[in-house]
Amino acid sequence: MKKTIITVVGNDTVGIIAKVCTYLAENNVNILDISQTIVQGYFNMMMVADTSASEKDTGTISKELGVLGDEIGVLIRCQHEDIFNKMHRI
Amino acid sequence: MINIFEVNETNKMIEQENLDVRTITMGISLLDCIDSDLETMNRKIYDKITTRARDLVSTGEKISMEYGIPIVNKRISVTPIGLIGGAACKSSEDFVSIARTLDEAAKKVGVNFIGGYTALVSKGMTPAEELLIRSIPQALAVTERVCSSVNVGSTKTGIDMDAVKLMGEIVLETAKATREQDSLGCAKLVVFCNAPDVNPFMAGAFHGVTEADCIINVGVSGPGVVKTALKEVRGADFETLCETIKRTAFKVTRVGQLVAQEASKRLNVPFGIVDLSLAPTPAIGDSVAEILEEIGLERVGAPGTTAALALLNDQVKKGGVMAATAVGGLSGAFIPVSEDQGLIDAVNAGALTIEKLEAMTCVCSVGLDMIAIPGDTKASTIAGIIADEAAIGMVNQKTTAVRVIPVIGKGVGETVEFGGLLGYAPIMPVNQFSCDAFVERGGRIPAPIHSFKN
Repeated sequence: MKKTIITVVGNDTVGIIAKVCTYLAENNVNILDISQTIVQGYFNMMMVADTSASEKDTGTISKELGVLGDEIGVLIRCQHEDIFNKMHRI
Repeated sequence: MINIFEVNETNKMIEQENLDVRTITMGISLLDCIDSDLETMNRKIYDKITTRARDLVSTGEKISMEYGIPIVNKRISVTPIGLIGGAACKSSEDFVSIARTLDEAAKKVGVNFIGGYTALVSKGMTPAEELLIRSIPQALAVTERVCSSVNVGSTKTGIDMDAVKLMGEIVLETAKATREQDSLGCAKLVVFCNAPDVNPFMAGAFHGVTEADCIINVGVSGPGVVKTALKEVRGADFETLCETIKRTAFKVTRVGQLVAQEASKRLNVPFGIVDLSLAPTPAIGDSVAEILEEIGLERVGAPGTTAALALLNDQVKKGGVMAATAVGGLSGAFIPVSEDQGLIDAVNAGALTIEKLEAMTCVCSVGLDMIAIPGDTKASTIAGIIADEAAIGMVNQKTTAVRVIPVIGKGVGETVEFGGLLGYAPIMPVNQFSCDAFVERGGRIPAPIHSFKN
């Protein structure tokens, strides 16, 4: 399984999760976990997703989510989970 | 599983504190390109570099995209050309043709620098190495991406003072040959003592002869991350301070290790080392000087600076060593004046002098780096500066280097602008007393007694 961490940061508006989830569903990306919080007044969401069934590679998904984020007015990042595991787990 | 706070911490480092992987450097051996025919050798060199490094840049960009971490530079280091060119090069012009080949190969594969226009002459110069050294001013003037380095001493061999004297002249000639660009050539020329074989950072990178055919070395950075972490422990004791630097260095280095492993796997090239470095850039908040100020100095250069830098350097290594499978290169805090806004400010405020910088190089990773000096500085004075720095490296069994830029046509009080990562620098005054008679002696300074360890 190829786990990817998707983070969304920005002003809270209607439909952020819906739009991100729609994109992921269309690209066959399975969502494993979602957590959400408000940090310093900003909407802050993290998804753990499995991209192994998607035809697109992580780089492409990352680029396209970035564009989607620009449309909604939030910052969307999509990163391989290893960068976080390496940094925060020994 | 990773939680949202850890994810946010990492992304904050990347977005706000300039965390990046400073360079992926591919080391390529050119030993199998040696040929007595110059043209054939140049073709072999071009072919080998462009084949081996064909996918270096695109792979770096892919890794950067997938992990969401900037990888600022993709670079190449090659076997010292002083060793490669001996059979074919009969003149300095012949060596310059190799520099052109390296430059073309670098442009073809899209790397921004290629290092290895190098001579290792810590004990003596072969005729070929002397020709290479004499070709440096022209080589750096006619190429864009070639970096040059000369190792003039080591703890084991002592210091080759003939090479030191020659390098004083060569630095000045390089400045003159590139005077149209504010003597930019000197920013691509380093004089080393104890030069490491696996350094991924420019301008001093070369691929040592003890290395495998091709390797990947990675240089990490992140002064901004350390500075932000230290803000949280303002006023705390040294144990807390050191612990904080160590933890932060660990996290930063883990990212470098990850990128190194991935690059090595995808390019099918063995992983060499991670260089644990704090490499500043002119960007605000990406400064080693600001870390030292956060530790408690009003300005870098104030009393206490050397001690603060010593502890910073040591903790970066201690944190980084555990995070990486193999470390090497220069590893430590860099203090390149023109590339660090805090250092520039300290010079402008009158807090920091060349003499204090020299003291700082005793305890940090490299040496007198990216320092602009008056263009009318004598060659023998530059040689004296090189000799002092080499002596520090030789006696303390560490790498030291000199990358000074005598800016032709400019003097103290003026500023020189190099642009990009190389930044800008105020021209610093140099001690005006002469060392001519010292430099003129010629010969070699013997290795120190503590080098005999067998």
